[in-house]
Amino acid sequence: MNLLALFRKRDSAPVARERLQVLLAHERAVVGGSDLIAILQEEILAVIAKHIAVDRDKVQIKLDRGDPVSTLEIDVEVPSLVRAASTARRVPEAAARR
Amino acid sequence: MAQVVVVTSGKGGVGKTTSTAALGAALAQGGENVVVVDFDVGLRNLDLVMGAERRVVFDLVNVVQGDAKLAQALIRDKRLENLSLLPASQTRDKDALTPEGVERIVSELREKFDWILCDSPAGIERGATMAMRHADMAVVVTNAEVSSVRDSDRIIGLLDSKTLRAEQGLRMPKHLLLTRYDLARAARGEMLKVEDVLEILSIPLLGIIPESQDVLRASNLGAPVTLASPASAPARAYAEAAKRLKGEQIQVTMPAAEPRGLFGKLFGRRAVA
Ligand SMILES: Nc1ncnc2c1ncn2[C@@H]1O[C@H](COP(=O)(O)OP(=O)(O)OP(=O)(O)O)[C@@H](O)[C@H]1O
Ligand SMILES: [Mg+2]
Repeated sequence: MNLLALFRKRDSAPVARERLQVLLAHERAVVGGSDLIAILQEEILAVIAKHIAVDRDKVQIKLDRGDPVSTLEIDVEVPSLVRAASTARRVPEAAARR
Repeated sequence: MAQVVVVTSGKGGVGKTTSTAALGAALAQGGENVVVVDFDVGLRNLDLVMGAERRVVFDLVNVVQGDAKLAQALIRDKRLENLSLLPASQTRDKDALTPEGVERIVSELREKFDWILCDSPAGIERGATMAMRHADMAVVVTNAEVSSVRDSDRIIGLLDSKTLRAEQGLRMPKHLLLTRYDLARAARGEMLKVEDVLEILSIPLLGIIPESQDVLRASNLGAPVTLASPASAPARAYAEAAKRLKGEQIQVTMPAAEPRGLFGKLFGRRAVA
């Protein structure tokens, strides 16, 4: 029991090492460079706003920095399908996909 | 009504961030709606201790400066849905926080949460006074050694003068959290006694958290110790402290020495020799 507990406790250092490696790789990339997330958010929202009225308060952005891939999730609440469709008549395919 | 709690100390490295995470998680485990806020702008660490470092998008400074909405900056804990984190900025300095901005955020947080735990940076400068400004009560984190007790005394003075409550002529409730309490050193008479610290600082005791490798393991894993090893001595001490924070009357128990295995005994001896 004691031996087992000892080995289980040892397991946490490699986890710490891996977490730090991923985090620092991302942090070092940001320093000096520009804030990619902020830029992506602005540009993606600008594209969406061309077609529908978006409420900036209803936009959720989630990020998971990983190795080898990170995921960026942008959640935009769209007013209502019907209204969105009528105001965005000029771009039916965009409305239809929503 | 929401309670804003500042976790502060003056001295660095005494266990503020560890305690903010553990108390926050313990309150949430008890069903409360909790947010932990990192005020250590420029040197954030609460995200790491909470295991949310990969998910930080926006931070306190972004919200203060209006670049992001509060809801966008809050990160919900993956284990407890009623626990959230508001991270500090890593790239800015403490001057990026304005009093008006912080006031606006705290009042928004009051509407969403039952408990708002503010992790203060070390020191007595702007960052620390900003973190305590809107507090309804304070947790003063102290180690049982002279410089920590002295710095806690300084912080108690600031809590009684620089906070909104103090300026309104109200009393600021303060609780002493003795952390990193080393039982072996206490037994050898090398640490200040709990009674002595209490007498010197004369604020009520919230709890005694033993020095424990479970705390280190928890921070390696990125989980508050009350979640990483709930049955451990520090986790139980934090869980009891959280209950006292809620006003429950529980006797403070002196943590018992951790039972050591064979290796622990061997290493322990070698360390002493
Ligand atoms: N009860 C404990 N047992 C063992 N180690 C602990 C304990 N509490 C804190 N530590 C360790 O002490 C170190 C400092 O803790 P922490 O970061 O919480 O302090 P802090 O007061 O927030 O520091 P700072 O002033 O730099 O913000 C960390 O390595 C942490 O893991
Ligand atoms: Mg800290």
